[in-house]
Amino acid sequence: MAAKTIISRPIYGTLSPQPGKHHLFIADAEGALAITDMAGKAPPGFFDGAEIVFIPGREGKHIAALEALKPAQLHLPPSFASLVPRLRQTLTNAHMGLRIYLAGTEGLIGQAMQVALEAGIDHTSMQTEHRGSLARRMQCVHCKGITENVTTQPALCSHCGLLLLVRDHYSRRLAAFQGVCINAEDRSENPPMEEAFP
Amino acid sequence: MGITFRKETFRDDYTFRNSPDHIRRFPFPFNEDSYMYAVNIEPHVVGPKGSVLENLIDVDEHYVAEMQDRALVLAEDPLRCQSLPHMTLAGWDLLELLMEQQALGYPEHFTLERNGDRWRWINRPLGINDTFTFGDTSTLPYGPMEYITRQSQGDFCILDQRDGNLWMDAGMVTTQADWSLDFDIGMNFFEWHAPVPLAHEKGIFTRALKFLTNIQQGKPARRLNWTMTINPRLDTSPENYHKWGPDRATVTPENVGDKVHLRVELQSFWRLPRSNGIVFPIRCYLIKMDELVTQPKWARRLHRVIRDLPEELATYKGLTRYRPTLVEWLSKLDDGSPTSPGFGPD
Repeated sequence: MAAKTIISRPIYGTLSPQPGKHHLFIADAEGALAITDMAGKAPPGFFDGAEIVFIPGREGKHIAALEALKPAQLHLPPSFASLVPRLRQTLTNAHMGLRIYLAGTEGLIGQAMQVALEAGIDHTSMQTEHRGSLARRMQCVHCKGITENVTTQPALCSHCGLLLLVRDHYSRRLAAFQGVCINAEDRSENPPMEEAFP
Repeated sequence: MGITFRKETFRDDYTFRNSPDHIRRFPFPFNEDSYMYAVNIEPHVVGPKGSVLENLIDVDEHYVAEMQDRALVLAEDPLRCQSLPHMTLAGWDLLELLMEQQALGYPEHFTLERNGDRWRWINRPLGINDTFTFGDTSTLPYGPMEYITRQSQGDFCILDQRDGNLWMDAGMVTTQADWSLDFDIGMNFFEWHAPVPLAHEKGIFTRALKFLTNIQQGKPARRLNWTMTINPRLDTSPENYHKWGPDRATVTPENVGDKVHLRVELQSFWRLPRSNGIVFPIRCYLIKMDELVTQPKWARRLHRVIRDLPEELATYKGLTRYRPTLVEWLSKLDDGSPTSPGFGPD
């Protein structure tokens, strides 16, 4: 679990079954285990009205465990980007009573929440649980480019190449942490990159 | 008689200066010889003639040059002005407020004529004479917020009020002290203040939010905030930090008086009538050390404040690199004698 730092930094909880007619789960990697852990607390028939979207990643683990929950629908997109059009469609057509559960890496939770926010869903109504890598999505405040899967502090912007301090300041709208040039005042200073978000 | 607007720059050759009467009216932010955060909010009422509070929306000798600098910033980076889709009505509220206040305070420079929804706005310093339909965005060259804030000094944040919180949902931010509208837009009051050290623990933001969400129409409030800037640069955005950051390493004992500027924000808070939003103008005043120390009380007091500032605040305000040089320079102007109470010069 990520340590609590500043107020804009998201705080994640533990998934728990919510009252509702339809349940949409979006998870990646170890996030599948958050769903199976929650299943033990769910009332009978809970997954009859549930869609689970799971991005398994290269290793393809945990698929059988999710199948065993017998959700109404199990969808296995190869990447988050490939999921977005379908997710937008699902949320556009959603009715009152849909509950959303996000589990897995911060990048997955943040990006799925971003799409849901754009569909007008309040962020406090979504259940989240962080599992797996602490890697961050980072927006370079200078060039505005997003760098995915940042694990070091500082980190290089993959667009403009500036060396950035990865702040804890987080934007739900951008689904990203803020990166600010760490040696702006003296470019000859080159603090070493260390693994900070494994 | 009207204001004589200076021809000056806030970049490149940095010709910005304050005239002697603008030095005297500078909103010096320290009323005692030390500084710590406080919820220093007070009613925004008209103050003494000749002060920056003579009018509730202040227009000064830097008006034309500041508007030219804003246009340059927006041309380079249009993301400095953003408004989420539900904020257009609040933009019209702001347009009305700023036109009314500027025309009221400076009738020789601004005129607002209203005939039902048909409005005519004359801005003589900028050579603007436009007729438009209030509420109809297609009759203006920009959205209402952008249109009027291209003609008003200071940054403007428009906050939507819902769920007992304030949300930064629109803004024109080109003269900011190192925060990004593009990053913070859509955040609530606590989230966009998240990086500020010490103040959360002191409960400052909880109390401030409670006060702000209760602001009533026609009863604006204000507070002062401050930082320091090297060179009279308005655009100290994080977006351009890699461009202006190196300036902080250029301060020497010889150039302190010319390069180091006290940067004061007069922040005011107004309830908007139609949208029920809050507009938060952040009016920036700059003064270089050479100008500031022409007032001996300010020189003595600033020395003590900067010398004794807690390290976390100095770091947050970006003073670390040049603070020793500045304190040494100011110490020569501090004979240790007491300072009189209050903000103003002796």
